[in-house]
Amino acid sequence: MDWADIGIILLRVILVFVLLLGATLINVWAERKIVADMQSRLGPMRAGPWGILQTLADGLKLFFKESVTPRKVELGTYLLAPFLAVIPAFLIFMVVPFGVPFTIGGREVALQGTDLNIGLLFLLAMSSLAVYAVVLAGWSSGSKYPLIGGVRATAQAISYEAAMGLAMVAVVMFTATQGEGGTLSLAEIVARQDGTWGGIVPRWNAFPQIVAFVIFMVAIVAETNRAPFDLVEAEQEIVGGFHTEYSGMRFAMFFLAEYVNIFSMSAIAATLFLGGWNGPTWEGTLPAVVSAILPTVWFLLKTYVIIFIFFWLRATLPRLRYDQLMSLGWKRLIPAALTWIVVSSIAMGVRQFGLPWS
Amino acid sequence: MGMITELLKGLRVTGGTMLRTITGKEMVTTQYPTEKRQKPQRFHGRHVLNRYPDGMEKCIGCELCAGACPADCIYVRGMDNDPENPTSPGERYGYVYEINLLRCIFCGLCVEACPTEAITMTHLFEISTTNRQDAIYTRNELLMDREGAVPSMFPDDPIADQSELLTADGWVRATAPAGRAVYEGVQMWQATPGPATWEPEPTQDEIDARTEPESG
Repeated sequence: MDWADIGIILLRVILVFVLLLGATLINVWAERKIVADMQSRLGPMRAGPWGILQTLADGLKLFFKESVTPRKVELGTYLLAPFLAVIPAFLIFMVVPFGVPFTIGGREVALQGTDLNIGLLFLLAMSSLAVYAVVLAGWSSGSKYPLIGGVRATAQAISYEAAMGLAMVAVVMFTATQGEGGTLSLAEIVARQDGTWGGIVPRWNAFPQIVAFVIFMVAIVAETNRAPFDLVEAEQEIVGGFHTEYSGMRFAMFFLAEYVNIFSMSAIAATLFLGGWNGPTWEGTLPAVVSAILPTVWFLLKTYVIIFIFFWLRATLPRLRYDQLMSLGWKRLIPAALTWIVVSSIAMGVRQFGLPWS
Repeated sequence: MGMITELLKGLRVTGGTMLRTITGKEMVTTQYPTEKRQKPQRFHGRHVLNRYPDGMEKCIGCELCAGACPADCIYVRGMDNDPENPTSPGERYGYVYEINLLRCIFCGLCVEACPTEAITMTHLFEISTTNRQDAIYTRNELLMDREGAVPSMFPDDPIADQSELLTADGWVRATAPAGRAVYEGVQMWQATPGPATWEPEPTQDEIDARTEPESG
């Protein structure tokens, strides 16, 4: 490893960082515009053309605002929590491949933070870590509403993480039948979704694993604390939940983490189920540069379709009651995921080894 | 399964609204300063003190408006007219006339109380100030000049449409028998401030002379 390798690593990390920050700027604005459209409103219109600079303006405003520290906080944890929220949010995306590797000066640069061979486990670990930020913020604020929000976050995250993990298990099992041996590397999972079935249907995991896909979608909405599962923040009941006592830049970091999480989780859903950056590139007919960029375009397109579903759900559904949230998680999603694992493994076994009695 | 069909129904509503909004079929927002909605004809904006066509002030300093005001925001002091050079056709005129628009609730009771239609309201509502003193409108700001032009507190306001000062709110007397068929075609309010341009109201005898339709 020499300086060029380190430079490439730095480049990839910075690329991911910039991509996430840029996507957050767009996403916050896009959410406000889309929800406004769904309510016959205009949404932000003043800052820049169609208000596209609104997020930037809000961010600048929050940056210059005073970060009030209430008297009864546990200071260390209170100051640490926003960083605990942001860091895992950015780390999750590090394992997601967002384009075909390209070659610069004889060195291959993968468009991915890093290709971990345990990518999927890393991803689960990071999304679990993100809950600590919410819980610690809620507890250290020394106030009732944040505490309630934090306690809710614990239970919700545990319930839905289980369903999310089980949905991933089905995907990993299916991926193992698609190539040589099983893999947890996201780059490999994407590579195995290349091509089509019968020349028409793309070999996306979403088609054979449709139940796992639906369960995963529900679980990531709950995992990112978005409506209708936003009991952690629940403005109407617990005035913002865990971030009630945060203001200024510290609040902005929670906000940033939430939107980075949405983007990362949507990107993961696109990677695991919708074939990641796979898509027609028309190599040869189009200029080489366009063909090199097209996979990234496909990836972003799939990600934004899922993000749009996030926004659509938010504009449509009222918040679930707490017991409804729990019963949906434990009584519907987890049994459904377990059943699906059994059913799909039987189907895969039959396809691989034939019927046991024949 | 019931849950999923309900979910799809909800998504259809929001999705449909989004499509209608994007294609411009449905929109509740107007971009206010650049795009203004038509105000109702009887919109209650800031007040104006009117004059007769010959330039005489209509206000006779009777203080009925001050008495009618529920917010107690009008202060009037009358003064005897100079017999040689009268300000108003009556015995007295409004020597001091102040409205505190911070207290005003724009109910229009002063307009209804006025026996001479001296005080009416305009359609201008962009009257915010950066200073409490500026919200107290005196004779200088309220009284129209002899040509019928209404003075503006902020003549160079980029947002306000100054022509709205010339659009009077339509007003109805408290005794207006709204809804009675015999009053059809009888104009009970004036559409412009200043000198009345409308026919005098019919007398009670004339109205009574009209045939009252049989009603229960």
